Amino acid sequence: MLRNGENGFGTITIVLHWTIALLILGLMLIGFVMRRIEIDPALQFSLYQWHKSLGFTALGLAALRAIWWLADRTPRPVPGLRPFENFAARETHGILIILGLITPLAGWAVASASTLNMPSFYFNIIVIPHLPLSQSESSEAFWAITHAFLAYVMLALVAIHAAAALYHHFVRGDEVLIRMLRSRLGSSDVGAVDGREADNAAAGRK
Amino acid sequence: MIGRRNLALTALSALMTIALPARAQAPSLADAAGSYSISSSSRIHFTVGQTGGGGGIAGNFAKFSGKFRIDGGNVAHSSVEFTLFPDSVRARERRIENFLRSSAVFDTANFRTVTFRSTSVTQTGPDRATVEGAMTARGKTRKERFAVTLTDWDRRSISFTIRGSIRRAPYGMDVGTPIYSNVVEFDMDIKGLRR
Repeated sequence: MLRNGENGFGTITIVLHWTIALLILGLMLIGFVMRRIEIDPALQFSLYQWHKSLGFTALGLAALRAIWWLADRTPRPVPGLRPFENFAARETHGILIILGLITPLAGWAVASASTLNMPSFYFNIIVIPHLPLSQSESSEAFWAITHAFLAYVMLALVAIHAAAALYHHFVRGDEVLIRMLRSRLGSSDVGAVDGREADNAAAGRK
Repeated sequence: MIGRRNLALTALSALMTIALPARAQAPSLADAAGSYSISSSSRIHFTVGQTGGGGGIAGNFAKFSGKFRIDGGNVAHSSVEFTLFPDSVRARERRIENFLRSSAVFDTANFRTVTFRSTSVTQTGPDRATVEGAMTARGKTRKERFAVTLTDWDRRSISFTIRGSIRRAPYGMDVGTPIYSNVVEFDMDIKGLRR
């Protein structure tokens, strides 16, 4: 099923989640290598361009993710979740969705404010215009620090988010991780009342 | 060749017959015969365009040396030798300069100079010539061509503007393409002092 159900995520949410996750982790790795490690300058230049193109891709997907998150329903929490856990999970997810948008936007701001005035040539196909920011050393430095700060905050939240998912899977043995890994069949959403039984039936069929 | 020689001779005789007022005329290569060394007041400017417009990369080289000889009897027998020290590159920002010096571009730690040695000079007008020669950068040598225009001369010095479009990729300097053009446009004001 493409859309989210009462008790599980649809394919669109799952595909967006994992694509963005992969992109963001890759972007963090590239970002760290190109900024914090002494590497061959030509490779560094190339990594910057990959970081920009992949970053714009992440921004686009994060925008889709945010729209989908607002438009589609949110499945009910996995049974057995304590109110505090539910609250923490919701807050984390909301912040991650926002960070997924503003971190690449801050990256775009770095490229836009940079005195290098280097075009963002998206995968060497199309030039993405700069944001209307004044180009100055201080402006570039501000956005670079902001971009890095947001990325580190996001990395910390991703770590907590992933640790929580693994804890639920291996310690609590619940469905939290599973339901972001595979979409349920539509039968689970036929009715909210017998949802649990339908879930089990759907899970059994897989 | 005969045409060019005639042109040079005509220019030379014109100069001799009208003596002083000759300076008011367009300068002629043949009249400026002699050996010169390239003055440090010369200007070696370059630009590399960038995709989608904008300034691209532009800069100058502060350190260079060279000499040339203009053969008055036959401009085609003229010659030039030029050495550029890319470490002296000057650009809008220090980080651009450092990048140009780095192993990604000039690799100045391993290749201190870029040299040009002419192999042929072809006069294309009374004050114009095309100079072909061997350019060596990053250990690679290729044939390149520059368009030379004589702008001024007197008994002690001579000035040219020199333009040339050099493809950088064959020298192993293709970093940044296609964001930055493969073609480096050189725009030089060369002043020679008679030796």
